[in-house]
Amino acid sequence: MTDALTDAIVLDMHRCMVRIRIFEETAGKLMEDGRIPGALHLYVGQEAVAAGVMVHLSNEDWITSTHRGHGHLIAKGGEFDRMFAELYGKATGYCKGKGGSMHICNMELGMLGANGIVGGGPPIAVGAAFSNRFRKTDRVACTFFGDGASNEGAFHEAANMAALFKLPVIFVCENNGYGEFTAQANHQAIVDVADRAAGYGMPGVVVDGMDAVAVYEAAGEAIERARRGNGPTLLECKTYRFYDHVGVRGMGLSYRSDEEVEYWRRRDPIPLLERHLAEQGILSAEAAKAIHDEITRDVQAGVEYAESSPMPDPDALLEDVYA
Amino acid sequence: MAEASPQPRNLPYVAAITDGVREVLKEQDNAFVIGEDVAGAGSVYGYYKGLLDEFGPERIYDTPISEEGIMGIGVGAAATGCRPIVDIMFMDFIGECMDEIANQLAKMRYMFGGHARLPVTVLTMAGAGASLAAQHSQSLEAWLCHLPGLKVVMPATPYDAKGLIIAAARDDNPVFVVLNKVSLAMTGEVPEGAYEIPLGQANVVRPGNNYTIVATGRMLHEALKAAQTLSELGIDSEVIDPRTLQPFDTATVVESVMKTHRVMVVHEAVRTGGVGAEIAARIQEEAFDYLDAPVARVGAPFSPVPFSPALEALYVPNAERIVAEARKQLGL
Repeated sequence: MTDALTDAIVLDMHRCMVRIRIFEETAGKLMEDGRIPGALHLYVGQEAVAAGVMVHLSNEDWITSTHRGHGHLIAKGGEFDRMFAELYGKATGYCKGKGGSMHICNMELGMLGANGIVGGGPPIAVGAAFSNRFRKTDRVACTFFGDGASNEGAFHEAANMAALFKLPVIFVCENNGYGEFTAQANHQAIVDVADRAAGYGMPGVVVDGMDAVAVYEAAGEAIERARRGNGPTLLECKTYRFYDHVGVRGMGLSYRSDEEVEYWRRRDPIPLLERHLAEQGILSAEAAKAIHDEITRDVQAGVEYAESSPMPDPDALLEDVYA
Repeated sequence: MAEASPQPRNLPYVAAITDGVREVLKEQDNAFVIGEDVAGAGSVYGYYKGLLDEFGPERIYDTPISEEGIMGIGVGAAATGCRPIVDIMFMDFIGECMDEIANQLAKMRYMFGGHARLPVTVLTMAGAGASLAAQHSQSLEAWLCHLPGLKVVMPATPYDAKGLIIAAARDDNPVFVVLNKVSLAMTGEVPEGAYEIPLGQANVVRPGNNYTIVATGRMLHEALKAAQTLSELGIDSEVIDPRTLQPFDTATVVESVMKTHRVMVVHEAVRTGGVGAEIAARIQEEAFDYLDAPVARVGAPFSPVPFSPALEALYVPNAERIVAEARKQLGL
């Protein structure tokens, strides 16, 4: 059975969400100031999903992530210093500066990489789940993907094979309402991606992706089901991307209304959880602020580590192409 | 590592493939075969026949017709500690899984800063000449050779098929073994037990002193026939089978060209943008001063593979075309 929800677990999820939020806010600004090269897809707004799922997983459970992947790695145990170093393209980054934001990974934490290809993760997660069973472990694989990716053929093939083989994999759809700049209503004729689960012969569950506790409970059930050998679940978390497809300021396109953004911001998963924690007497507002301050300092330390780290040596260019 | 037995034994190409896969499954506990109709049916070519009975359903898996899903299982399982043998029934179908191949399998190690190993062996079937038309006959090895991170081999003989499959499976990188469907019944010596053909090592199949023919895959046999004809014209051809296309054994080819001064590259794939263009460029970079004639290339014309046997016979390169091209090149 899923572990009963203890205060410690809720506090873990809260800390995880704040870590993601402050990391992402900082990284986004650094990119827009030209300090971090390339493009960052920020996870701000979606933190409850990563936190609520990952709190169930150990380092031996695998995940695959998306182009919006920093939050998944932080929730899986990623350290700020190595993560910022990777975003800066520094030799000390998790991928020696060769992957960057869109390919950041940590195999030791069971994180099989962010992925620049929409829909790239699910087939790989099914492979990891296949491997879990082949190697006779009780470990699971969770694949995160968006509503946009649910239209990719890769998702279809992966879901069908996972259900057919009853593999220990959880398909976590982070439905943030947009595939890049295209609203869900303009990219699929359904409202709930979870409806598709029936077509594969697996349970489909919809959960409020802004509510960490709700995600925790639904994910726990799906993960337990997978560990027991009963096969995959499609868990759809309704969530929202507070910032643009890329960056904080974004590209200035008018594809969604201020009212819509404001509606979802009122459902910000972090204040939502903090109100719950305060009401339950688990964490006071002052204590919560202290956590934010502490994590802000940790993030700053991570940025300093990255900025003072060396760029990759020229020899690194041709290293690691082959084993 | 078991050594090849000294007993000579002849097997068809198809059985050499089986033998190679069998040795891999015997020596690697974390290897398994996965693909369409590989277990129950033993593959449409029959080269997995018997392996289900021999190794059981935990080592050989039938899948839905889902090449991207299959390749994804290969990638995900390899990254997490298995050594999958992925079967893609016809090479033409790699288009269905090209994202997994090009964007995941080939790059994952590099993107991850070396923190992943992808020991995936892909067996796939290429080749025209069986009236299977444009979507079941292509030789697309150039697509794969263009992707850093992949290795590509093309066995021409039963001996090489077994030895290259074993070498591919022992390698810690993704290796594509591009087989040839027209060669399935061709017999040749195949020793028992495990042996490997080192990856990246060309084979000088016929020594010669005044002409070099580099021929890949099934074209090796056409080149050997052509060499016989050319010998009657006073041309003593050295025929080289690269066996591995990526990484390519440039040194063996260049060494030959420095001796013979004239060279032709032959492959079954479309000539334009084929691996022959890369081989020709390398020869000119490294042995320009030794060349007495431009590097000649023989490959398929720039068209899809035709269905009609009459047209297909014109399409696939053969010994006659090799001889004709050589005569043109050499002014004979």
